[in-house]
Amino acid sequence: MWYDMSLFSVLIGTLAFAVLAPVLGCLLAGLDRKISARMQGRVGPPLLQPYYDVRKLLEKDNVSVNSTEGTYVTCALVFTLIAGGIFFSGGNLLMSVFVVTLSGLFFIVAAYSTRSPYAEIGAMRETLQVMAYEPMVLFMAVAFFMAAGTFDVAGAFALTAPVVTVIWPVLLGFLFVLTIKLRKSPFDLSYSHHAHQEIVKGITTEMSGRTLAKVEVMHWCENILFLGWTGLFFIWGTPASVLVAVIVAAVVYFLEIWIDNNFARVKWQALLKSAWVVALVAGGVNIAVLAYAPYLM
Amino acid sequence: MTYATKSPWVIHYDGSSCNGCDIEVLAALCPGYDVERFGIINTGNPKHADIFLVTGSVNEQNIKVVQEIYNQMVEPKVVVACGICACSGGIFHDCYNVIGGVDQAIPVDVYAPGCAVRPEAIIDAVVQALGILEEKSKALQAQRKGA
Repeated sequence: MWYDMSLFSVLIGTLAFAVLAPVLGCLLAGLDRKISARMQGRVGPPLLQPYYDVRKLLEKDNVSVNSTEGTYVTCALVFTLIAGGIFFSGGNLLMSVFVVTLSGLFFIVAAYSTRSPYAEIGAMRETLQVMAYEPMVLFMAVAFFMAAGTFDVAGAFALTAPVVTVIWPVLLGFLFVLTIKLRKSPFDLSYSHHAHQEIVKGITTEMSGRTLAKVEVMHWCENILFLGWTGLFFIWGTPASVLVAVIVAAVVYFLEIWIDNNFARVKWQALLKSAWVVALVAGGVNIAVLAYAPYLM
Repeated sequence: MTYATKSPWVIHYDGSSCNGCDIEVLAALCPGYDVERFGIINTGNPKHADIFLVTGSVNEQNIKVVQEIYNQMVEPKVVVACGICACSGGIFHDCYNVIGGVDQAIPVDVYAPGCAVRPEAIIDAVVQALGILEEKSKALQAQRKGA
């Protein structure tokens, strides 16, 4: 079939994602800061502020504590781009999930490699965040398979109804952990995007200049990818469904900004417990129903 | 052109001030003055900061801390002394443990006197500091090209 995942389509998808995702992600981050400022009664920075930030970081001197940190962060960025390429070229959703997790692990290892106590606290918190969201993200991929009959993202375009009609509890569960993945309060334990202060600066404490610029770009690309996953729930056998998916993704992101501005950060225990309970209830029950319902009828 | 002036991230350290100037520094970030309009972000990490705002005088206890923060900041960087204590030691200048203004510990680029320093004066000082930051950024780029 035309949507069979081949190396070539992933390559083209990755290149397209590497060009478009930073642009879209940058604008999204700028919009995020603007809307956040308006919610706080401020004017806020220009729309292109995230772009200025990254350009400035690229101008800064290189003071890396070791040469491996930058390499790990580069790997994290590259694997994020590949995960996006797999997803947006219509490839395997499960593979996209795994590759973006690998990217997350590289990011954690980068922080650990500096041996800074503050970066290590950030890395530990990031590890907890991965532990918290990963079960629900895997349930999301499995539920998509059960609803669509394939892990291939392009397979959604062959459906008569979007998967959300069958796996809406999974969507709700996924939206819960999306707050962690987008690094939004109350779940921004390891590194917050705003001017919040934490234990120095969490997982990015030792990252500066060019390395920090890569982290920013990676975060933009991740946001686009995760919103893509959200939109996938609303794709079915008509091209117009892409528009529906984009609108849903925009509404979801606005909701995340609202949550970010209205909730104080929680402790890691609350993060882990709530994320797992939600994954078990929303994901587990939904998948169990899908698995056993055919036998009951 | 350099982007250093479009995204100045600041780090704030309270040497031994009475907190008057610190409150004014933070007031500049609040909705009334909203310095994020200019891309200014208050960061707690010296490695992410471009502008070092110091309040209060330098004494025997904190001189090492001030120097440590300054040394950890990545070039190009500028220092703004906020308030008269940070400029010269202020009314504490002849205390037995006070060394003097921040310039006794690290090179200071802009002095913003006042007791307490007004948020307008801080913003004005930061704008002046941006001019110096741009020059330093250009010098660094020229040095890189030459190297």
